[in-house]
This record gives sequence, C-alpha cells and structure tokens, in this order.
Amino acid sequence: MIIDNSEVILSVRDLTAEIDGNQILKGLTLEIKAGEIHAIMGPNGSGKSTFSKILAGHPAYTVTGGEVIFKGKNLLELEPEERAREGVFLAFQYPVEIPGVSNTDFLRASCNARRKHHGLPELDAFDFEDLIQEKLQIVQMDPSFLSRSVNQGFSGGEKKRNEILQMAILEPKLGILDETDSGLDIDALKIVANGVNQLSNAENAMLVITHYQRLLNYIVPDFIHVMEGGRILTSGTKELALELEARGYDWVKEELAVGV
Amino acid sequence: MVSETFIKPSAADKRVAKLQELLAQVSGSRGDSRIAPTVAESQSRARAILSELAIPSTKDEEWRFTDLSSLLDINFQLAGPAAVDVFALADSELDETANSRLVFVNGIYVPELSSVAGLPAGVQVGNLSAGNFPEIASYLAQQQGGQEVFTALNTAGLADAAVVWVPANTIIETPIHLVFLTAAGATPVWSQPRALVVAQRGSACTIIEEYAAARGTWCAQEASNCYLTNAVTEIWLAENAQVKHDRIQREATNAFHISKTAVSQAKDSRYTCTAVTSGAKLSRHNLEIFQAGEGTETVLNGLAGISNSQVADAHTAVILNHPHGIVRQLHKCIADGNAHAVFNGKIFVAKAAQLTDASQLNRNLLLSRKAKVDTKPQLEIIADNVKCSHGATVSQLEPQEMFYLQSRGLDPATSRNLLIDGFAGEILAQLSIPALGAKLSRCIACRTDN
Ligand SMILES: Nc1ncnc2c1ncn2[C@@H]1O[C@H](COP(=O)(O)OP(=O)(O)OP(=O)(O)O)[C@@H](O)[C@H]1O
Ligand SMILES: [Mg+2]
Repeated sequence: MIIDNSEVILSVRDLTAEIDGNQILKGLTLEIKAGEIHAIMGPNGSGKSTFSKILAGHPAYTVTGGEVIFKGKNLLELEPEERAREGVFLAFQYPVEIPGVSNTDFLRASCNARRKHHGLPELDAFDFEDLIQEKLQIVQMDPSFLSRSVNQGFSGGEKKRNEILQMAILEPKLGILDETDSGLDIDALKIVANGVNQLSNAENAMLVITHYQRLLNYIVPDFIHVMEGGRILTSGTKELALELEARGYDWVKEELAVGV
Repeated sequence: MVSETFIKPSAADKRVAKLQELLAQVSGSRGDSRIAPTVAESQSRARAILSELAIPSTKDEEWRFTDLSSLLDINFQLAGPAAVDVFALADSELDETANSRLVFVNGIYVPELSSVAGLPAGVQVGNLSAGNFPEIASYLAQQQGGQEVFTALNTAGLADAAVVWVPANTIIETPIHLVFLTAAGATPVWSQPRALVVAQRGSACTIIEEYAAARGTWCAQEASNCYLTNAVTEIWLAENAQVKHDRIQREATNAFHISKTAVSQAKDSRYTCTAVTSGAKLSRHNLEIFQAGEGTETVLNGLAGISNSQVADAHTAVILNHPHGIVRQLHKCIADGNAHAVFNGKIFVAKAAQLTDASQLNRNLLLSRKAKVDTKPQLEIIADNVKCSHGATVSQLEPQEMFYLQSRGLDPATSRNLLIDGFAGEILAQLSIPALGAKLSRCIACRTDN
C-alpha cells in the first residue's frame, strides 16, 4: 500500500557493482517506502539476484559506486549479520542445504541474534517452541521439518516455504524475495503468497523479484520495475506486468528507444 | 631392516632399545597371582614376540603418517597407584552411569570411584584380579592380531583388566562406563589399561569406554603433564549378541595415546562402535573387527576433532569371511591449526563372504590452511557377488553456507561453530547418552575456536 509521507526504507542511488572484474550493476536507482510492495522483473542475467545479494551483503561482490541507504543508515558499511539484525531479509533464489545443522537450532539462534540486537530478552527453547508453532501456520509447514537439517533433502517448494518461515520469525523491515515463486505449484504458490501478505504491513516493505505475472495476482505490487543490463529500465504500476507478460521485454526496450 | 640398520644405525637401535626398556618395566609387575595362570601362556608368547620387535618407524607401512620418534626421547616410567579423591573423575562423571561404572587410574582399579550396583543380577562387571571369571582364559588375550607390537606390550604387562561379562539372553539397558584415567606427575608416566567384554548368545549391552586425565576437564587446553597410554580392549559377541560401544578419547593435550580394539563377531551379531577422538598430542587407534559368522553387522562411526599440532590416527580393519555380512562405516575428521588427521580404513572381503553389503565413507573438514589429512580407504574384495562402496571427501567451510547463516543475523563465529557442530553432530548423535554428545560438541567447538 502506498502511504503518503511514509518512512523511506531503502534508497539506492546510481549503484554500480562488479564480480571477478565483471561489471554487473551499472547505475541502479530505486526508492522504497514503508508499506509498499515493489516488484522487479527482467530477463535472465539482468542482475536481479546480484542486486538482492548486494543488499544482503554477499562478500563476493564489490560495490564500485553509488549509495544504499537503509532506514537512514549507510547499508554498505554493515556486515551481513548486522544488516539482517537491522531488518534486511533475503529469501534466496537457491537456498543452500546445511547438513547436520538442525532447522530449529538455526532458527532459534537466528531469532535470538536479532532479539539481542534490539535489546529484547532471548527466547528459551520453550518460548521459542510457542513462537515457531504460531509461525509455522503462516506457511502451513509441517512441524517435522523443524527437526531436519536446514533445507537438506527439502523439495524446491519446501525450501521456499522455509525461507518464508525464516522471514516470519525475523520480521524484517525489508523483505527481498528472489524468485520465491519459481518452481512452485499453484497450491504452494498461494501458500507462499498468502504468507508474504500476512507479513506485509504499514511498517515494512517488500521487494519481490519474479519472472511471472502469475505471482503478482496474489502479491499485488504497488510498483513494478523492469531491470535490464544492470539498471532499472522503466517503472510502472501493476498493469506493466500484464503488458510484459503479453509482449516480452523487447517491447520495453523498443518503447524506450522510441521515447528517446 | 638390514639396509635401514646400515644407513641409520642409531635410530633403529633406539627403537629396539626403547621397546625393551618399556618391556623390562612391566616384566617386574606380574600383577595379582590369581590372574597369572590365566594369562601366563599369552604373556610368555607376547614377550617372545617383543624380543624381535621395535617401536615402529614411518618406514613401516602401518605407521607411514604417524611418527613416533618423539616418544623415543621421553623417559616414561610405569605409573604406580595414585592418591585419588572424588575429584579425580571430574568431567567423566555421568549421572546415567553412577551405578554402572568401573574406574581405573594409572591402569589400577579404584573401587572407591566404581559402582555396579545398578546392573541386573547375573551380569558380572568388575576388575579381573578381584572377580571370579572361570571361563575367561578362552577370551582374554585370545583375539587375532595380538602379535602387533603395542598389543603384545600390553599383554606382556597385563596385571588387571576391566571385565564385562553378559550372560546369554540378558539385555542390559543401563550403559556400562569404563573410565581409564591417568594421574600424571611431574615426570612422564605410562600405563596399560585393558578391557574385556564378553556378550553371550542373544545378549545386549552398551559400553562407554573413556580415556582422560584424572581431574581432566572437557575443554582443558592448557599444557599438561606428559604421559603415555597403551590400551587394549577385546570384545566378543556370541551368536545374535548386540554390543553398542561408545569410545571417547579425550586425553590431556600433552599425552600419547596408543590403543587397540579387537572385536570378534559370531553369526547374526551386531556391533556398533562410535569412536570420538578429541584429546592427546598424538593418538593412534587400531580398530579391528573379525566377522566370524554369517549375517553379522558392523557399524563404525568415527569422529576426530583436533587442533594445534595434534595428530589423530585411526586405522580400522573389518575382515569378512562369511556370507551376508554388513558393514556401515562413516569416519569424520575436523582439523584446525596444524593438526594432522589420518584415516586408514581396510575392508577385506574374502572369497567366502558372498552377498556382502559394505559401505565406507570418510569425510574431512579442514578449518585452516595448515591442517592436514591423510586418508586411505582400502577395500580388498575377492568374493564376486558383493555390494561395496567407498569414498573420501576433503572440504573447507562452505562460503555459501557461512553467508546463508550470516544473512540470518548470526555472526561469523557463531556461524562457524554451527557448521562445525553440524558436521560433528552426525556422529555425536549416535552416542548412547545425549549429554555425552553435548559435552563433546562443546569440547570440539572450543578446540576449534580461533
Ligand atoms: N562470478 C561471476 N563472474 C562473472 N559474471 C558473473 C558472476 N556471477 C554472476 N555473473 C553474471 O552476472 C549477471 C547477472 O546475474 P544475476 O544472477 O544477478 O541475474 P538474474 O537477473 O538474477 O538472472 P535470473 O533471472 O536468471 O535469475 C549474469 O550475466 C551472470 O552471468
Ligand atoms: Mg536470479
């Protein structure tokens, strides 16, 4: 929802970044305010995942220019774990499997790291159990997943639900969903989308990266941005997604070329 | 041997002399006269063998990666009885085994710290020299492989032993804890713990065998006194018997630990060993399993968590000579600092061992550039209708996994510990007492904390 004069959560200006000497982001500018849902679409390789990982602080990328301000702070100065505790959450396109680390232990450690950062008392195993039972319902996940190793042997859809479960526990200010819908069947898609909608409120913001207009029927964005070649080519409202679905990305480029 | 003597006479001589010196020390102490007749024959055989042997060198194929030279210059004296108090057990104390525990300090039985009141009637658990074990002569020092130098040395000096004798069809739920402690003084001492477990037909028991310094805390990292433990454990499983064996080696940081576990399994028996190594400056464990009947199952879980300049060497051998044998082996090493882990896993599948189903996996996690692992899976298969697999992996902490955890708010140290714990957890979860697994997990975390 667009709220007048709401807090700016994320402000990205002229961001450029590279990996292994290859420039991937080439001047990306974007502003997201509290209460809003933004979607980024764009062809394969346009830099969507790169952008999301840079926001989360992935060490493999080097920011070469521009700025990223998160809730008034220079985000690029913070370590990945500090960003997470401050409220940046990335649901990964490809969540890693971590054999041997129990999902519950991991979730509790993660929850408590954030609570500690905000001066809240840490939750013991019993209190955490109560919290998690409540959060599991948001993604309709079976409690048996808690005792398993993080993502290990989870199906694609189960991994994505586990990501949203983590988001539910960490209650981020900015939730970034990188193709959380890819590979989900329609029932799982509804569950995930429904989870995201429950977590979305006037205090936080969501940035949804997707290839499919279908997701946007369930998570209705306030703004849609088209990314291409490491920058935002154009932005619009949700009708833009339908247009893209029908006419492809080349159409945007042509329109813009005409416009210039 | 001749050419070695020619090139390096002094080193080879030193190895012979050291062994003779150790042997001379135990020859005087024959222990209790009541056990003498039982082991007299084995002892004289062991002494005869030892007169031909020396402390092994790295030229010996079995000791290629583990150099015992540093032992040669230390003047070890056979440890005598130590003044022990209630604190000697320290972190070896487990609530679950308060009444099913035998404690030996410096190889000598300590009744004040031991209690077997919690075990069912009929089960005989005690020290050899005080107990009445009429049939023991057919088991004690009767396992194959007794000619190996350190095993023979232990037998030559055999003065007492921890004995667990489980009668037929008796199921013991309570784990039996065999604790072998060393109370080291200012000068280096050595001792030779010995244990014998006999599980009769259709019986079941759980053994926790533990090696540590007296008053040794779990995470003792400070420099300690130097000592040597040369331990031998023999385990016999009769038909359809089940033994679960947890073996914890957490000797002091300045200790040497050399040990042998020899297991003989009759038809349809099931042996599970979970061996965890976190202690000693240099350790070597030989685990030898003889499948002596059809349809036997052997499960071997191993974990070494070492750092600084520790060396942990695990040599395992499973010998299959009957149809339908099963072997499941998973050995893991975590090495930090300059530590060096060695794994040599032999599985021999003889012609008669048709329809064997064997798998072996060795996984290693190196936490520093200088940590090192030598791994040698060794499968020798003569039977033609078998299913055997083996593999070894060496990895570092995965940057992708680290980032994933950090992106959820965990700092790098916590993330690292969680991953190390996860790696170790697969083995620690197999221990029969969860509290033991939790203690070891903390111990490995602090050992690999930098
Ligand atoms: N290590 C690397 N070295 C060089 N180029 C890289 C490296 N990693 C990623 N890239 C390139 O960066 C570009 C952007 O990749 P990114 O994953 O951000 O795209 P994306 O928009 O998320 O694509 P998709 O829709 O397929 O998920 C791609 O062309 C990719 O090949
Ligand atoms: Mg992507």
